[in-house]
Amino acid sequence: MTVAVNPSQTGEPVFYLADEHPHPEGYSTSLGFWIYLMSDCLIFAMLFAAFGVLGANYAAGPAPKDLFDLDLVAVNTSMLLLSSITYGFAMLTMQQNKIAQTQMWLAITGLFGLAFIGIELTEFAHMIHEGATPQRSAFLSAFFTLVGTHGLHVSCGLIWLVTLMVQVWKFGLIEANRRRLMCLSMFWHFLDVVWIGVFTFVYLLGVLR
Amino acid sequence: MNTDTHAAHAGDHHHGDGHSHGTFSSYMLGFVLSVVLTAIPFWLVMSGTLPSKQITALVIMAFAVVQIVVHMIYFLHMNTKSENGWSMMALIFTIVMVVIALSGSLWVMNHLNSNMMPMHQMSGMK
Repeated sequence: MTVAVNPSQTGEPVFYLADEHPHPEGYSTSLGFWIYLMSDCLIFAMLFAAFGVLGANYAAGPAPKDLFDLDLVAVNTSMLLLSSITYGFAMLTMQQNKIAQTQMWLAITGLFGLAFIGIELTEFAHMIHEGATPQRSAFLSAFFTLVGTHGLHVSCGLIWLVTLMVQVWKFGLIEANRRRLMCLSMFWHFLDVVWIGVFTFVYLLGVLR
Repeated sequence: MNTDTHAAHAGDHHHGDGHSHGTFSSYMLGFVLSVVLTAIPFWLVMSGTLPSKQITALVIMAFAVVQIVVHMIYFLHMNTKSENGWSMMALIFTIVMVVIALSGSLWVMNHLNSNMMPMHQMSGMK
């Protein structure tokens, strides 16, 4: 692999670049962020594996059929899906340099995200009220860990979203803010991808069992 | 090798964002496909249309896989060219790891589960 580059005037071969050539600021951010998302994906894979192993151990407690309300899950899924498309619109208006519209779409995305978290917390509260706490059975421990971790990610995404809206409001759509919005876009759509796994494997297959 | 990458850097202005962007129609197409691919599994489970649970389970898992691919293409703009192919490499590596970890865990734990000595026999061995 080693190839002589920049043979110097003396004819002595140089086998490496003496100086790192300059990169524009943030040129590697999207790849770095993508690699972060992939490592996050491994975390979720482990939680899915734990749920897959423990998901049928009810310890004579409530089963998915007794707990899950698929209508509510369908509403929740549509909230997250709608927030994905509105974030897409925010990215499109950002590319056209329309600050007000970008902010509007970001706000709508945030509201859908908030609705998702609200519905999920209502569901959790309802389950815990019925005695289906994380301590009740291995199934419920795995359920709360997996779905809770996803909800925590969405909550962090919401905080990040508000932060970026303030940033855009204060500094406009500068290059750094565009990059940040693009990272959050990847994060947000990634969470929607994880949710596909959650509603399929946890809710739909759980009710089916 | 080094000279090649150096030259590529110099002429590559797209390197900064390195990420392809979607258009309105591509986002809408992705959204419509996602809605359809979400609605059908929910409908299948809630109405119980298919004759057996195994078939329903397989069908909804297939829908999930297709929907994940749709999201990857239309929302996350995955392609083989972004970041000179490194995004795709990271993705493929992750998929391999996820498949090994998931299938391995389920397989091993399922075997343990079915070969485990029942509790009452264990207490009789004292």
